[in-house]
Amino acid sequence: MNDRTKEKLEILADAAKYDVSCASSGSKRKNTNKGLGNATGMGICHTYTQDGRCVSLLKILLTNHCIFDCAYCVSRRSNDVKRAAFTVQEVVDLTMNFYKRNYIEGLFISSGIFKSADYTMERLVRIAKQLRTVEKFNGYIHIKAIPGASELLLQEAGRYADRLSVNLEIPSEMSLKQVAPEKDYASVYTPMNYLKEQISGHKEERIVSKKAPLFAPGGQSTQMVIGATPENDLHVLKLADSLYKEQRLRRVYYSGYIPISSDERLPALKTPPLVRENRLYQADWLMRFYGFKVDEIVDARHPALDLEVDPKFAYALRNPQFFPVDVNTAPLEKVLRIPGVGVKSAYKIVQSRRFGLLRKENLQKIGVVWKRAQYFLTCAGQPFKLLGFQPELIRQQVVQADRKGAWNGQLSLF
Amino acid sequence: MTFTYDGTYEGLLSAIFEAYHIKSEPVDIVPEDAYQPGLFAEHRHVETNPAWAERVRKGIIAKTSKEGERMLRRCLLSELPGVEMLIFHFIKTAMASERSVEHNYLDPKILELHQINKKIGREVHRMHAFVRFAETRDGLFVSLVEPDFNVLPLIGKHFIERYPAQQWLIYDTRRHFGLFWDEKKAEFVTFSEQEHRRLTDEVLTGMETDYQELWKSYFKSVDIPERRNLKLHLQHVPKRYWKYLVEKQPER
Repeated sequence: MNDRTKEKLEILADAAKYDVSCASSGSKRKNTNKGLGNATGMGICHTYTQDGRCVSLLKILLTNHCIFDCAYCVSRRSNDVKRAAFTVQEVVDLTMNFYKRNYIEGLFISSGIFKSADYTMERLVRIAKQLRTVEKFNGYIHIKAIPGASELLLQEAGRYADRLSVNLEIPSEMSLKQVAPEKDYASVYTPMNYLKEQISGHKEERIVSKKAPLFAPGGQSTQMVIGATPENDLHVLKLADSLYKEQRLRRVYYSGYIPISSDERLPALKTPPLVRENRLYQADWLMRFYGFKVDEIVDARHPALDLEVDPKFAYALRNPQFFPVDVNTAPLEKVLRIPGVGVKSAYKIVQSRRFGLLRKENLQKIGVVWKRAQYFLTCAGQPFKLLGFQPELIRQQVVQADRKGAWNGQLSLF
Repeated sequence: MTFTYDGTYEGLLSAIFEAYHIKSEPVDIVPEDAYQPGLFAEHRHVETNPAWAERVRKGIIAKTSKEGERMLRRCLLSELPGVEMLIFHFIKTAMASERSVEHNYLDPKILELHQINKKIGREVHRMHAFVRFAETRDGLFVSLVEPDFNVLPLIGKHFIERYPAQQWLIYDTRRHFGLFWDEKKAEFVTFSEQEHRRLTDEVLTGMETDYQELWKSYFKSVDIPERRNLKLHLQHVPKRYWKYLVEKQPER
């Protein structure tokens, strides 16, 4: 392998790394014709970066040459960075050889826009097509849909890809226009809505006939950059909620803005807003797995997520009327709402209590985080610790306990 | 009475069958090669009996579920001392109960089995992730591993489904055996020790180091220094796995 390939890989991986999506889950693709690979539906992180992000896919740009000048993007035309471009064959070779060695689950290919949207998209599709048809590659392929690309190309991309994504990038159109003069929401929503129709249409066909072709079986996702523009959490989460409901997205990713290089259109942040990013993911989880409605997490009176405590805990403090929950009798939905109780613990609680009454020790062993949960539940042998239910007092106690438990800058989900 | 068995799952189930048969509750059940005779302890070795094992297996499934039986088989692969008695406890309580005790997390021993099973699952997942194949001159893809638990018997299916058209070998250097796939069938193999403990440049194809170097530079390039969080990194990729991870080797 020549040094040029290595240099290209360094440039084009570096330029692609700010897209946080790395999921290889949600798509099942069987190995066919004694080809290479499959997709298990579970997703596998083959390694982790030194900042703890999952490395699942070979995530690269086809090129970082770009005719656009979006302030938040490292590859913007006005930025002085090294430029490079892979050939279709180079990307195919890297993917095949990394995959054979079990380094990756597949390919995530995106690109700067060179010449035109269609010209770029056509090349991305060509890579996927060659992998699927010539190389008999059955691993995971995520293709970035280039805003403004024709429906014909999107249609073809969906036939080869497991997942497609169009990035919203900035959580409001007004802000987007300020930082990305060549973009607007229509150029994002048009392909997104088209893909939504295609995905659900193909799914229905598959129900009728197993022989109907797959179309992006892993669905579509999007990403928005947080903290580069003034939108608050209420705005961001409402938007995410509508993307899940209206566009039927599988995932919305939130990417804390990292000041990539000085562009006066954007604020100069010292450190990326990682805590806020984490709270947004927690809120997102509450909506998707815990049955929370968006306005239970943020509303006009509380438009920002509390950075010091997780959103479920904050919800409980604001809504003392729903607590304490008796873990020995309450339905699953209510158990899920107790701070410090995760989805798995909630199921274990409901399964175990048929055999006897749960006590504090049982809950702790099952994995309930007592530090948080104790103020919001009752169990056998445990009188309810009300503290007169003074939310502020409970909050202080938990925040202090968190501080004691050596802050390591890393946040767990709940 | 202490029962000994040959270390296999069928062997363990045979020993438990025997214990029921002779109506003697085991004080301990240990693999024969780990058995240390005590002064007063009674001891009985039970040979593996496939028919007995099958009857116990069916009994477990009938009293709990397929999933429950599978959990016991997986837990034994943890090789943790005392795991046999946890398995015996599970079977004993299951047999004595009208309804399935599989999810009774109030029972500390059953909860412990679930926790061991979870650890096994994590190790299997890590092997799916951390196996790194290197191509030899004769086209075999070899990976050396050193899993915490004996999970090689659990990972074959995944790799067969993924790499049916390439010959591969995953070799456990701690337990000295490997899983070999020849594009038609998988089998366990053992090599004389030195031969497969290390993969030297002489046995690998010329392209192999190129791809390893490319992977290393990829790994380096995707790092975002502003987000650096080594503690989280180590939690996901514990140091004991670094030995065989290409991206954790120094650049050439």
